Amino acid sequence: MLTLEKRAIPSRFWARSTPVLAVFMTMIAGGVLFALLGKPPFEAIRTIFWDPLFSEFAFYYRSQLLVKAGPLILIAIGLSLGFRAGIWNIGAEGQYIMGAIFGGAVGLAFYPAEGWYIFPLMVLAGAMGGILWAMIPAMLKTRFGTNEILVSLMLVYVAQNLLSSVSFGVLKNPQGFGFPGSRNLSDYPAAANLDLIEGTGFHWGGVAAILAVLAAWGLLSRHILGYQIQLSGQSPRAARFGGVEPNRLVWICMGISGGLAGLAGLFEVAGPAAQLTPDFNVGYGFTAIVVAFLGRLHPIGIVLAGFLLGLTEVGGGIAQQNLGLPAASIQAFQGMLLFFLLAMDVFSNYRLRWATTEVV
Amino acid sequence: MTGKRDPLLSVQGLTKAYPGVLANDDISFSVLPGEVHALLGENGAGKSTLVKMIYGLVHPDRGEMMLNGVPYAPAKPGDARLAGVAMVFQHFSLFDALSVAENISLGMEHPPRPADLSEQITRVSQAYGLPLDPDRLVGELSAGERQRVEIIRCLLQDPKLLIMDEPTSVLTPQEVGILFETLRKLSREGTAILYISHKLEEIRDLCDSATILRQGRVVATCDPREHSARELAELMVGEILQAPERTSANMGEVVLDVSGLSLPAPTHFGTALENIGFSLRAGEVLGIGGVAGNGQDELLASLSGETRTAPHCIRLDGRPIGNLGPNARRELGLLAAPEERLGHAAAPDMSLTENALLTGAIREKLVRNGVISWAGTRKFARRIIGEFDVRTPGPETPARALSGGNLQKFVIGREILQRPEVLVVNQPTWGVDASAAASIRQALLDLAQKGAAIIVISQDLDELMEISDTFAALAAGHLTKPRPAHGLTVEEIGLMLAGMTTEEAPHADA
Repeated sequence: MLTLEKRAIPSRFWARSTPVLAVFMTMIAGGVLFALLGKPPFEAIRTIFWDPLFSEFAFYYRSQLLVKAGPLILIAIGLSLGFRAGIWNIGAEGQYIMGAIFGGAVGLAFYPAEGWYIFPLMVLAGAMGGILWAMIPAMLKTRFGTNEILVSLMLVYVAQNLLSSVSFGVLKNPQGFGFPGSRNLSDYPAAANLDLIEGTGFHWGGVAAILAVLAAWGLLSRHILGYQIQLSGQSPRAARFGGVEPNRLVWICMGISGGLAGLAGLFEVAGPAAQLTPDFNVGYGFTAIVVAFLGRLHPIGIVLAGFLLGLTEVGGGIAQQNLGLPAASIQAFQGMLLFFLLAMDVFSNYRLRWATTEVV
Repeated sequence: MTGKRDPLLSVQGLTKAYPGVLANDDISFSVLPGEVHALLGENGAGKSTLVKMIYGLVHPDRGEMMLNGVPYAPAKPGDARLAGVAMVFQHFSLFDALSVAENISLGMEHPPRPADLSEQITRVSQAYGLPLDPDRLVGELSAGERQRVEIIRCLLQDPKLLIMDEPTSVLTPQEVGILFETLRKLSREGTAILYISHKLEEIRDLCDSATILRQGRVVATCDPREHSARELAELMVGEILQAPERTSANMGEVVLDVSGLSLPAPTHFGTALENIGFSLRAGEVLGIGGVAGNGQDELLASLSGETRTAPHCIRLDGRPIGNLGPNARRELGLLAAPEERLGHAAAPDMSLTENALLTGAIREKLVRNGVISWAGTRKFARRIIGEFDVRTPGPETPARALSGGNLQKFVIGREILQRPEVLVVNQPTWGVDASAAASIRQALLDLAQKGAAIIVISQDLDELMEISDTFAALAAGHLTKPRPAHGLTVEEIGLMLAGMTTEEAPHADA
């Protein structure tokens, strides 16, 4: 009989190799899924993983890769801190939307004024939007002991409706012929988040992502707050004994993850999306959860995972266009990645072996 | 015990290996009918593996057993029970929400009708001086009463061999007395008892013969009454033990003053603390005895700062500190070492270096402006490892890879090296091998000698009598008034431990 035996010390080998194995398993299971949908499996996998980088049109897709990876990394870095502390902010998508609404609204409020200060103010407002939205689950958790997973997730749908409302209402483009959606911010230089190097997809969001990665790395390796975050996640009782105030950590971690998600939303709406529309958001807040775990909650790992998931976003888009794969199948594909990762993780803590029958 | 009689159980060359350890190596011994046979050894000596093989929970790699002259190889505990072997485990397997009778019936292969069972329980419990009401909920019973449930569950099977694993670790001295009378009665009626313990005085009191295990091997078989406790201990440990030494204590001023400390139970399963008060002088060792679950964890948490109280309930050097958190108290010199090593005193998956930071950050100044000095922390961890003889490959080893004794030495050493003014420790030698326990006790005494005040919360009364200047008992969240430990009799301690609850005297009328 096959049994799982707990390892004395988690295996480093498995902890490092499960992300790679999970990607591999996802390709297999994804291929099966695509075949069941009646699409050519090998071509689909190739389209997703290979075409964005090396096909005929790769010059265009490569910049798209940075456009997608930037916000994923930025959001995942924030989430990873909370996840390490055992604080499960699942509502980054909502915080992302609120960042976009707050930041976008500030920009639109200045229209058509010019001034160097407008974009920084939008950035600040974007971060605040995300933070405020994340403070709701934080407050409910610290005051009333509610579950932050549920509250933060439900607030995504509230944010979604707010976005709809402002796109049709107060932030609607007065010159938009009645169509929903705000003014196009790319036509408003003081508020636009354009590529810093033309055609690369590298905008201020990329700069923020790099800064966030470096800051998180420093925080986790050298700062007492980073130590407290890891301690609380691994051993909450030891953390309390070590003088960590659990509620303080909830506020900090929700604040950081909400703030970074809000920033990502603002950079997106002022940049690639260019306008607030009821559906400008494409689920980065959820995909970033996969990125955070696939990157082992480690800043460098998150960078790699961000690019990988960015690749599936871009490649998935191509596959939708060229092969007619449904959008949902791409999301299922990304979900499988998380599923296999978590499932394979068993092997870092347990070893599989044939048990000599021992009745207990 | 002439040896002329045929043994009830004889074990020949039993060997059992687990990955990385030889738990039992060629073990042979025998138990006579009606004999109380001790199995003596430190934690990890292989006692549990051995009795699990006898009870059919684990199967030997080699060797054989004979029961009543017939080959005996139980495939599962049910076979062992059918053959007349019963076992009372150290950790009870009872459901709190069910009654005594329901619990007992759950463990039976063919339970009788509830009314019959209740009647049987009452009969057996009276016959053996173990009063127990079959209709009471197990959740309302004391540890001693729960053990009675387990014993009666075994006795209903009318066993020929009763295995008892560390039965007294949760009992008060009075309850131990009751248990021993029951065991002696069983023995007189011909039931053999295999009694596992590391408490030497108990074994000398109760047992007819003893098999001593060390590192999976039998090192001696003897009559425990012919040897001193010290000789038995040395056989068990394999080295000469140093009894803790201390020169007469010079007590100073009162440093810690606790008064009117009451706290509601933190969880449904916790214990409320009720009006706890005592004061502690510099150089004093206060021993707090009592069975675990009577408020020990709660008391430690309120002293360490994990639970806050009104400021004036706890005063350190006259300063009210009840509202301060753990780190603020550390800064003032009040340090603590909780009972649960893995997960409370130390984070299991973190390295010893990271765990050194857990409580050392403040007093050892390991953090400046929020930035951790890992070099300084590693140095501190190395100092603990060196000065407290922690056996480990190095400071980067995760805490959970250390043995209980070594991790405990690390945890206690971490606090002692920070020069506490007051140190509170909970169960400092629980699950720790004898030589590590001796060195931990000595380190605590040395610290007191240097003028620190120490509170030792422990279930081990021998330990408390050995190192305490004053003794108090914690029962159901109440703390008795501390009394000088010197000259306290076992009876007096027992009465203190019984505290507010009235102790039944089951043998008085028998």
